[in-house]
Amino acid sequence: MPKIATREAYGKALVALGEENPDVVVLDADLAKSTKTIEFKKRFPHRFFDLGVAEANMIGTAAGLATAGKIPFCSTFAVFATGRCYDQIRQSVAYPGLPVTIAASHAGITVGEDGASHQAVEDMALMRVLPNMTVFVPADAVETAGAVRAAAEAGGPVYIRLGRSGVPVLHGDDFEFVPGRAVEMRRGLDATIIACGLMVAQALEAVEQLAAEGIEVGVLNVHTLKPLDVQAIVDAAQRTGAIVTAEEHSIIGGLGSAVAETLAEHYPVPMLRVGLRDVFGESGRPDELLQKYGLTADAIVDAVQSLL
Amino acid sequence: MDTEGVVAELAEKARVIRRHIIEMLGEAGSGHPGGSLSAADIVTALYFKEMRLDPTRPDWPDRDRFVLSKGHAAPVLYAALAERGYFPTEELATLRKLGSRLQGHPDMKKLPGVEISTGSLGQGLSVANGMALAARLDGRDYRVYALLGDGEIQEGQVWEAAMAAAYYALENLAVFIDYNGLQIDGPVNEVLAPEPVPEKWRAFGWHVVEIDGHDFRQILAALAEGRHTRGQPTAIVARTVKGKGVSFMENRVDWHGVAPKGDQIVQALKELA
Repeated sequence: MPKIATREAYGKALVALGEENPDVVVLDADLAKSTKTIEFKKRFPHRFFDLGVAEANMIGTAAGLATAGKIPFCSTFAVFATGRCYDQIRQSVAYPGLPVTIAASHAGITVGEDGASHQAVEDMALMRVLPNMTVFVPADAVETAGAVRAAAEAGGPVYIRLGRSGVPVLHGDDFEFVPGRAVEMRRGLDATIIACGLMVAQALEAVEQLAAEGIEVGVLNVHTLKPLDVQAIVDAAQRTGAIVTAEEHSIIGGLGSAVAETLAEHYPVPMLRVGLRDVFGESGRPDELLQKYGLTADAIVDAVQSLL
Repeated sequence: MDTEGVVAELAEKARVIRRHIIEMLGEAGSGHPGGSLSAADIVTALYFKEMRLDPTRPDWPDRDRFVLSKGHAAPVLYAALAERGYFPTEELATLRKLGSRLQGHPDMKKLPGVEISTGSLGQGLSVANGMALAARLDGRDYRVYALLGDGEIQEGQVWEAAMAAAYYALENLAVFIDYNGLQIDGPVNEVLAPEPVPEKWRAFGWHVVEIDGHDFRQILAALAEGRHTRGQPTAIVARTVKGKGVSFMENRVDWHGVAPKGDQIVQALKELA
C-alpha cells in the first residue's frame, strides 16, 4: 500500500481548492515548508500570508479575513495551533462562528524526534469542547482531500488534524467524504474497533490478526470527531457488544472519551481505549514511539481479546 | 458645515451618548463606565463624521469597519450604533439582560453593526488586520479602525499584530489607543507601565499621532492624517480621562467596572444635561 502523509495531501488539496475558489486564502506561521502550505504559496502568492512566529495573531487575522467573505485556512503544528492559540480560536473564531479552518500538521507522537514539546496529544480534546467547532481527523490522503473541501463549504469553524509521517492510502478515488458520517471499513460480529487518523490502518491490521483466530471484528473509521456519528457508534455497539477505541491522542478528551460518552448515554457495552495514557511523548522514530506507547495493531488485538 | 459647526454637533452627540452610557449601566446594574466614557468622543467622531456607513445595510461590503478591541467598553459602541440608527435607542435598556442582543461584551452574531465579537483583550487588532488585508485583496477602498485600551496593550498579541500591520503596510488601518492611564488594578504606570507608548508604535513601524482624545478638532485631524498616510498604518495615541464627563467618575479607577446607582445616576445625568 502506498504511504502518503496527510500533510502532503493537504498541500495538494489546498492548491486544488484555490484553483476553484478565489476566496480561499492561506495563512501560516513560519512553517509553510513543513505544513505544506508552501504549495499554495507558490501557486497563489498574493493569497498567502506568512505571519511569522506569531500564531495568535495568525488566528485573529484569519478571523478578520473571514468577516469580509474570505475562506481562510491557517496552518502550523497542532501543538501550537490548539494550545498556544486556544483563546484566539475560542473568542475570535468559534464564538462568532466564523468560517476559519485551522489545519494543523504534526499532530500526535509521530512527529518523532522533535519530542514532547512538539507532539500534540491533547489537540482533539481542546478543539472538540468548543461550541460551533467541527473536528476532522482524516485517516489517509483521500480523506484529507475530502476534509479540506468539506471545510471550505462548512460555513463555520473547522479543525483538521494532520500528520507528519506517511500513512497508507485506505480509500480509492471514488471515496465520498461525508462530514459527520463514520465509515464502516469492516463489518464484525464479536467486537468493533472505532478508530481515527493513523490508527485506522492499525485497526485494519488488527482485524486480520484476530480473523486468524476466528474472531470477527468490525472497524468504524470516525474521520469526523465532531459532530460525532452517534448512530453508527450505537449500531456498532448493538451489533457487536464490545468496543475498542484507538487514537494517536490522549485517552482523555479525544475519540475514546467521545465514544464512551455516547455509549454511556445510549447503549453501554464493555469498552477499552487504546491511546496515550495521560502521558506526554518523547523523542524517537515514529515507529519506535508507536510501539513504546502502545499505539499498534498488537495493542488493539490485546484490547479486543481482553474484552471477549 | 464649517469646522466649528461640526465640532459643536459632535460634542452634542457625544453628550447624548454619554447619557445613554450612564442610563444603560444604571439599568443593567453592572458594566464598565470608566472606559466607555473615556472613549466616547473618539467613537462619536468615528460614527458621526469619519466612517462611511449605511445603517440600513450593516453588511454593505464597502462600509468602513470599527473593531472595539477593548470589548468591555460595549456601552459606548451600543449607544453610538443606536444613535446612528442600527437599532432603536429603547433597546439600550436591555443591556446585559437575558435574551438581549446587547451582550455584556459585543457579539457580532446577535447585533447588526458589531463587526467582530470581542471581550478577551488583545485580539481586536489582529482581526482588524485581517479586514484590512481583505480590502486589499478585493480592491475595495474601505478603511478599518480599531480602539484599544492602554491596559490592553500589555497583551503580547497586540504587538504581534502591530508588527504584522506595519510589515503588510496596512495604510487602510488606523488604531486608537484610549490612553486614560488607569486599569483595574490601578494606574497603568504602577501595574505594568506601557510607556513610552508613542515610541513603541513608532518603533514597530507605524505612523503615530498624539492627541487629546476629547478634542474633536484633534481627533478629526488625526483621522485625516491617517487617511492620507501611505505605506503605513496609523496609531493615534489619544490622551483621555477615564470616566470623562461625570465629575465623580473622572480619573477614578474604582469606576472601571462598577455601574452607577440611584443618586449617582441622577447626579451623572445632571452633569450631562
